[in-house]
Amino acid sequence: MNDRNRALKPFVPQPDDDLIVCRCEEITKGEIRRAVHDGMFTLTEIRRYLRTGMGLCQGQTCTKLVKSIVARELGVRPNELGPATGRAPMRPIAMRTLAQDKEETK
Amino acid sequence: MNAEVIIVGGGIIGCAAAYNLAKNGVSVLVLEGSEHIGNGGSTRNGGGVRQSGRDPRELPLIMYAIQHIWPHLSDMLDTNVEYYQEGNLRLGSTPKHQKILEGLTERAAACGLDVRMISGDAARRINPYLSDAVTCASWCPTDGHANPLMATMGYYKMARRLGAHFISGEKVVELRKIKGAVRQVITDSGNVYEGDKVILAAGYESRFLASTVGIDVPMQPVLLETLVTEAVAPMFWQMLGTADADFYGHQTEHGSFVFGLNSGLEPYAKPGRPVSSSIAASAACRGIMHYFPSLADIKVVRTWAGWMDSCADHVPVISNVEEVPGLILACGFTGHGFGIAPAVGLVLSQLAMGQETAVDLSSLRYDRFTK
Repeated sequence: MNDRNRALKPFVPQPDDDLIVCRCEEITKGEIRRAVHDGMFTLTEIRRYLRTGMGLCQGQTCTKLVKSIVARELGVRPNELGPATGRAPMRPIAMRTLAQDKEETK
Repeated sequence: MNAEVIIVGGGIIGCAAAYNLAKNGVSVLVLEGSEHIGNGGSTRNGGGVRQSGRDPRELPLIMYAIQHIWPHLSDMLDTNVEYYQEGNLRLGSTPKHQKILEGLTERAAACGLDVRMISGDAARRINPYLSDAVTCASWCPTDGHANPLMATMGYYKMARRLGAHFISGEKVVELRKIKGAVRQVITDSGNVYEGDKVILAAGYESRFLASTVGIDVPMQPVLLETLVTEAVAPMFWQMLGTADADFYGHQTEHGSFVFGLNSGLEPYAKPGRPVSSSIAASAACRGIMHYFPSLADIKVVRTWAGWMDSCADHVPVISNVEEVPGLILACGFTGHGFGIAPAVGLVLSQLAMGQETAVDLSSLRYDRFTK
């Protein structure tokens, strides 16, 4: 049970808020912290709202960083946040290639 | 914990209703069963904000939303919902497709919608990336698309800011009547919440919850599948669909293409956690490349799936329930709930406040299934 109206510590600007955390989608630490204060309490919601981890690398670089920023903002331990969901395909794949699942290998 | 209105379901419908109620000073509590806001069809659809191709019973809702809400939604929610009103092309390449499109077009035009059949060449003038395979299309210039994730989270964010109370991971298992009217909402953790009105907007799960007060809505869970590509330079802004409905989608403001998929096997997907099937994305890529050959080298980065609540007659139930005073149903959206959600949120708040609704809802009543 996750009460979305529980009080968080007030948002205080930090000197490194313009640091880019998700490099694929160019999302900063400040944007992630601000999203938590706007009610995005889970990694899934942060993704839906900011696109963190939704770029070419699918979060392989930034997931842990985003998690620790969100956890600190919420005042919980990172492992309490649960994992972000991985999705197929494991690597970006051209439509032309993905379309060939019916072709027999020669 | 009590509230004037309890909303079961934190998808875009529940969040939009909460926003409209909170804006009117009504105390509202939203209970979301999963861990995340917007976890059903709300964040698993192709983002269409379209009138063309809709059942005439849904047209008043979508026309109201497009005329009165969508153009201002980003400002209302202090969130860029990426709304683009650049028209909808529904594409065909065979005489059978032409017939399907003509039928859809005639029915919508009869309801006063500006939608017309155009030739393949006329379609290519609107969208130069279309292949020569396209021989006909329907064209509705007032249709468009938006970002379902941003719209859902935007409604949530603003409802919360206006004082609506949200609790996630709080799965409702039973509604209970007191003195003949619905009053209590009981969750699997044993908590009991009380409200004067209960809005049931929990997708397919609404069926089980309504049955706890003796009401049934005939619906089935059907899988929705979606894919997103890498971002590329802007190419076109129209919403796209096909006569066969094998794919639909658009290019987003971000540059990626989002396509909804349809392999035909969605009603037979494995029960339980929704997962992308191994064949739908490949089949959709073939369909997309047939009509848009220049997208062939764009990379797919992600696929995902979710359950929608498919109603027996393919339009939602948005209705008071006379036998259970205080209960308001909002379910059975059948995969086209996103575009109409802003209007649905408004009329749900009006039902809960006992006001006249902005749009006539008589054809979406819960008791329409009795013949």
